[in-house]
This record gives sequence, C-alpha cells and structure tokens, in this order.
Amino acid sequence: MSARDVILARIAARLPGDATARRAAAVRHMAARSAHVVPLRGAGDSGHRITLFSKLMIGVGGTVDQVETLDDVPRAVAAHLGAAGLPPVLRKGADETLRHLPWPRPPGLPLLPAPADPADHTTLSMAFAGVAESGTLLLLSGADNPATLNFLPELHLVVLPAARLHGCYEDVWPLVRARFGDGHMPSTLNMISGPSRTADIEQTIVRPAHGPRDLHVIIVLGA
Amino acid sequence: MQPESIRFKELAARALADEPLQRSMVATGPHFVLKRAKARVALPEFDELRDAARDIKNHVLAHLDVYLEKFEAQVQAAGGHVHWAATAEDARAIILKIAAEKRARIITKGKSMVSEEIGLNEALAAAGHDPVETDLGEYLIQIRGERPSHIIAPAVHLRREQIEADFRRVHDQFNPARDLSQIPALVEEARRVLRQKYLDADIGITGANFLVAETGSCIVVTNEGNGDLTRLLPKTHIVVTAIEKVVPTLEDASTLLRVLARSATGQDFSTYTTLMTGPRRTGDPDGPEEFHVVLLDNGRSNVLGTVFQDMLRCIRCGACLNHCPVYQAVGGHAYGWVYPGPIGSVVTPALIGIENAANLPNASTFCGRCEEVCPVRIPLPRLLRHWREQEFEKHLTPPAVRSGLWAWAFLAQRPGLYVLAMRLAARFLKWRGKNGRIAILPLASGWTRTRDFPAAQGKTFTELWRERQS
Repeated sequence: MSARDVILARIAARLPGDATARRAAAVRHMAARSAHVVPLRGAGDSGHRITLFSKLMIGVGGTVDQVETLDDVPRAVAAHLGAAGLPPVLRKGADETLRHLPWPRPPGLPLLPAPADPADHTTLSMAFAGVAESGTLLLLSGADNPATLNFLPELHLVVLPAARLHGCYEDVWPLVRARFGDGHMPSTLNMISGPSRTADIEQTIVRPAHGPRDLHVIIVLGA
Repeated sequence: MQPESIRFKELAARALADEPLQRSMVATGPHFVLKRAKARVALPEFDELRDAARDIKNHVLAHLDVYLEKFEAQVQAAGGHVHWAATAEDARAIILKIAAEKRARIITKGKSMVSEEIGLNEALAAAGHDPVETDLGEYLIQIRGERPSHIIAPAVHLRREQIEADFRRVHDQFNPARDLSQIPALVEEARRVLRQKYLDADIGITGANFLVAETGSCIVVTNEGNGDLTRLLPKTHIVVTAIEKVVPTLEDASTLLRVLARSATGQDFSTYTTLMTGPRRTGDPDGPEEFHVVLLDNGRSNVLGTVFQDMLRCIRCGACLNHCPVYQAVGGHAYGWVYPGPIGSVVTPALIGIENAANLPNASTFCGRCEEVCPVRIPLPRLLRHWREQEFEKHLTPPAVRSGLWAWAFLAQRPGLYVLAMRLAARFLKWRGKNGRIAILPLASGWTRTRDFPAAQGKTFTELWRERQS
C-alpha cells in the first residue's frame, strides 16, 4: 500500500459513519459555500467602504490617494514619485487598463515590462479587488500583473477602481470563481494589507522586512 | 532533532535563572495579550467567529479523508504534485529526493513549524544543501543554532544586544564599524543578506496555514513577505504541511483567517495572505516552474476519534502561549521540542509519545486562560488532564507524586478522616504563619524558596460552609 492509501485508510477507520455518507456531506458543504459569520463593519455604500479601507490601510503604514477617473492615474503616479523625490521610472505588467492610460510620451515616464527586477524601485499593479473590512488588496498573478511586482520593489503602487472595492472577502470569492471557473485559481493570489513589516526583534514593529518599503493605493472613484 | 521534553523540570529551572530570557519574557509578553484584547474589542463578532471557526474545523476532522482527496485532486488539476508522508522520516526523504534531483545548493525557507517537527534543516544540511531561513525570527535562531521558542515569534526570547553580536559574528562581509545599535538597522541588514539568498535559491520551501480543498490552494500568511519571495523566485516551490490544515472552501478559509491574525498579533489581517495554487501558468512571466505539496501525518491520524481529537483544530496562532503563566515564566525552550506552551504540552505527547513528554501535561496551573483565548476553542486544560491520567496509568508519574496522590485518595474516600486531617492542616498553617504569610514550609520548599505561602485563617472550607448554612 502507498503512503497515501495507508494514511487515508487510517483516517477512514477512525471516523464515524460510512464513507459514502461522509462524502455526500462534504460535497453538500462545499456546494453550499456558506458564509458563516460576516462582520458588519464592511457593510455600507461605496463611500463607507472607501473610508474604512483607507483608514485601515493608513493604519498599517500604507498610503492612499483618490482620483476621479482612470485617466488621472498617470498624473497621480508622477506626482507621487515627484513628491517623494523618486526617479520617474515604473515597471508594470501587460494589464490592458493600465496600458491604455494616457501616459506621458517617452521619455516622460519610462514604463518597463515585467517581470520585476531586483533593482526596481517602483512597480505598478492593477488590483483585482479590494476588501474594506480589513483594508486588503487582492492581486492575481499572470502576465497582466506579475506577482513579483508585489514584492521586489521599494515602492509598490496599486490602482484600485472604487467599483472593485467590496465589503468582505465573501463578496470577492464569487468573482474569482466567475473569472477562472469553479475550483480554479491563478497560480498566485495575493491578499495585501499594507507594506512589509516585522516584529521579530523585541516585538518592535519595523518596516520594511523583505517586501516593499511603501505601498501606495490609488483609488479611482469613477471606475 | 532529539526531543528533550522529558527534562522539562530541569530546563524550566534553568530558564528561570536565565537573566536575558527573563528580561525578554517580561518585556514582550504583555504586548501580545494587549494587542489581542484590542483586536477583540474592535470586532463585535469576534467570539461568534470563534464558534464558527471551531465548527468548521470539527466538520473538517469528521470528513478529513474526503477533503484531503479533493485537495489532492485540485492540486494536481492545477499542475502540482502531492506527496503523502506517514512519518517525519518519509517527509524528509521526499524533500531530499526533490532537492537531489534539482541539484539544489541554496534552499530558502519560509517559516514552517512542520519543517521544524520533521527536522528538515538538519537533513538538508547533512545532504549537502544550504537551507536558509527567511522569516527574520527563524533566521535569527538559525544562525544561533537554536530552536524556535514561540510558534509565531520564534526569537521572542532574544534581546537586541544578542542579535547585534550574532550579526557581527556571521555577517563578516560588512564594515565592522557599522552602527547596529537600533533595531531597524538590524532588520535592514537582514533584508540585504536575505534578498540575495532569494535570488540565488534553487528551491523555496514554505509551510501552509490552510489548504483549500475546493481549489487546491495552499494559504501562506506572513507579515514580512518572505513566504512569497520564497515561493516566487526559485524554480521549484515545495510546501510542507500537515493533514489537519485542510479546509473545504474559500469561505471557510475566510472565517479562519479572521480569527488567526487577531488571535496571534492583534492584526485585522496579516500583511500578506497568499493563495498558492500550482506552478506558474503558460504565459506567466514569474512564479515557480514546479510545485510540490508534502502532506504529513506523523501521528495525527492516530488522534482522530480519541479524546484528544480537539487538538487537531489548532491553527497555530500562539495565543495560548501568550496567555499562559507557565510559558511566560519559562519561555519556549523549556518544553524541549518544537511546540511549546499549552498546545505544545498537548500536541507533543501525541507526536513523540507520553513516555517522552511525561512532564509537559503538568506544566500548567489549569488557570484556563488558554482555553478562554483559543480561536478554535480547544479545551486545553481538559486535554492536559487526559494526558495526566495516561501519565499516571503508565506509571510515568514520579514516586513522590504517586504516594501523595495515594494519600489524598485514601483521605478523600474517608470523609470523617478527611475532615479531621483538613482541620489539623488548617490549624497548623495558621499557627505557622506570621502576618498572614508563611516564609518556610516543610514539604513545600520549592514554593517558599522564591515566595511566601499565604497562611490559612484556621478554619477549613467545610467548617465555613457549615457556618454559612446555619
């Protein structure tokens, strides 16, 4: 018998009820996708969600900007880099929305293709969704927004359309299932709630640990 | 790594005399308690979520084989490989085989208690590989050759000065005159050293906090981002995890995640919560090319269907350690193996045998705070009591304790004699006391050596009860 069969047989022998009934109950549970207890704090209109998301994101050391339309994003990016005295160079993936933004003509704001390089200072990603209840961004790996962009730079910029900001995690999972099909996922789905940090020395919070020093979220109110 | 849990008393005594350790415990202990308390107050549904988390885990354990099979099928559908390991030795062999096939030199590692449990680093090093821990706390203890002393804060026992000395010793590529007097400077230096390791690594190994059966995803939670760099940069990613970590759906995982970070560090959510599903897809510019999951049993399935089953609900948040007066006094190393604190005292005997951990169930005052704060409501004092019963039945209890228990049982079964003995003892303890305290007490020198014993007021509980009734 393989190790697999030994382990599964040992488990089955110790569980009550027969295997068929157990299987049926598990299938029912998975099909129900029951949401259990959802905290009320995320419930509310878009304004409430933006306020809560921003408060929590800023509370853990992230920064949040708001623009009216997607076309305002390049200007907001340039302004953020300028204000921080950073070189106006960005790395980003093949995301269609980001690509079609009115970026300044070269050499205005050079855009480098992904994946990330360890020497990159700044990267830009499009969020798949945001969750207000914990100030969390969801990003999907792939050519559009490669996952290394989220971890290698000093500064990670993320565009979050307000329409993609939801109250709780349970609001987002159906969207993931709709996008990839039931039971399927992208290789990496990142849920990010602030810049990298550690408290491993004397319980003192220090930023950054291994990931980005700064996380800057640009919320697009009209998208 | 050889368990030393049987030497708990000796190790605890040593820990109590260890000045830097005592300073660390006093300085950091209250932080965790305060942060969890704040997080709980900030979320009115917190206790309700704990009930739901408990119920989800109970459901999983009652259908464990089905969910494991589903998880396996989904990992394979996503292009990953699943390996089953009945024992720690099997798990090591599986990983060593992959490492040998890849001719791996540097192997970066995310924090994983299961990898500590199977002694993976020693095995990798012995086979000529170079395992590098990337979680800052794990890195600190790796360069010191120590074990983690806490489930989520492995270096909680160390002071800044000790770490500075270690960095000067190990990081000899930097200017010896550099300033490392502040904690951020230490973190920055570790970031520089480890960033290069991520880039050079051939294999990345992480643990997993949860496994999602519905999607075949391994969920890894960190604040540092080290788990993600460990996964994303090397060509091969191996997840080493245990069978009880599976959950049915993304919704179930969400409920558990809501209580995990709050119970552990008081955060609403950890900085990075990542769902890792298979290797990179066609057209992906980054991510691992190969993805393996090693599912470890190592004695867990033997716990199913026994009085100890509830321990398998544990999500390794560390709250019971943070709230335990015994853990806070002696730290994690005294427990002698991988899992310290109340949950360690319950899990360790199950994994290495009560005969190798007979002292651990006694490392508790039964104050009940561990059960009070557990996010999945594990009845830790009850499980510890079951282990004490087994310890007694297997004659592992020391003779002095056995005869003490015998004497107590003798009295307890003879009410007249019991009342008389208690009355004598109460009078004696009153007579012995000065200003309500007893400085030296025969048979209790272990107590009175470090603190006074409160003197009795001269009457027994039974006498006081009678007086109130009349």
